[in-house]
Amino acid sequence: MKMSAHTSGSHHRGLPNGSGGAAILAAGIGAFAIAVLDIAADKVASVKSMMNFYRPTGPLSGVTMVSLILWLVVWGVLEWQWQKKDVAIKQISTIALGLLVVSLLLTFPPIADLL
Amino acid sequence: MEITERSLWTMIHGMGFGALYLLLCSGAIVELWRRYAPAAESPVTVRDESFMRIYLVIMAVLAWLAVLSGAYIVYPWYRAVPPAGLADLSAYPRYLLLSKPTTSGWHNVGMEWKEYIAFFAPISMTMAAAVFIRYGRNLKHHPELRNAVLGFTLISFLAAGIAGFFGAMLNKNAPVDGGATIHLAEGK
Repeated sequence: MKMSAHTSGSHHRGLPNGSGGAAILAAGIGAFAIAVLDIAADKVASVKSMMNFYRPTGPLSGVTMVSLILWLVVWGVLEWQWQKKDVAIKQISTIALGLLVVSLLLTFPPIADLL
Repeated sequence: MEITERSLWTMIHGMGFGALYLLLCSGAIVELWRRYAPAAESPVTVRDESFMRIYLVIMAVLAWLAVLSGAYIVYPWYRAVPPAGLADLSAYPRYLLLSKPTTSGWHNVGMEWKEYIAFFAPISMTMAAAVFIRYGRNLKHHPELRNAVLGFTLISFLAAGIAGFFGAMLNKNAPVDGGATIHLAEGK
């Protein structure tokens, strides 16, 4: 996937789309991280124990905290890289929405149990 | 008429933050769909834009309040471990559900799914609010951005709806109850 900067188009539409693309892709990655860590914590005892950040909430606390930190870090890095650029927003949106839908399915226990 | 502290928090989490978030989702979807479409005829005014900014920020805040109150206030009561040999599991909802094959699925499928997908809503709405704050009415000129924000809002609506449905069914089958009792009114 090519996500290089385009200068044409950024002026007549006002703002470049890179900042929006960064927020959208980071959100997809954040959701996907929750799904992956949920499955890892469910399948691997050491991961489950590692994710137990706050005992009353159990592994949910670690899975969500790690994913949220990852989401914000990815968002910050992408924003820094893309804020003044126009990026391939259609591909980025498709990937981000795809990650969100896959995450919705992967967290569904009957599907997660098949893995 | 009285309510327990745990019931009150469960109600604030689900019927307060969660249900209000679901209600606001429909408004955001309609507004993003109609007003910010590239072909929309009526212009978006500064007032409309400000309203939508505040609306999406409120949605994001509600989504965070719903998941954080769920994960860190209600869920610990739900998953509390009963003392060994306890026959009455009514104060331990997770174990009460798992004690019967007719209700175990509400935990094994419902809670196990709900606890994670609920987090998709605040992530999605924080993104939607941030994109809208940055682009505002310019979203009309960025149809791909507007479509992505709309798509995330729709999926967050679905995720919150699933979480809300299972939350209601879990609480119906094994209510999170207990703690201090709050007297609301005297009976006759």
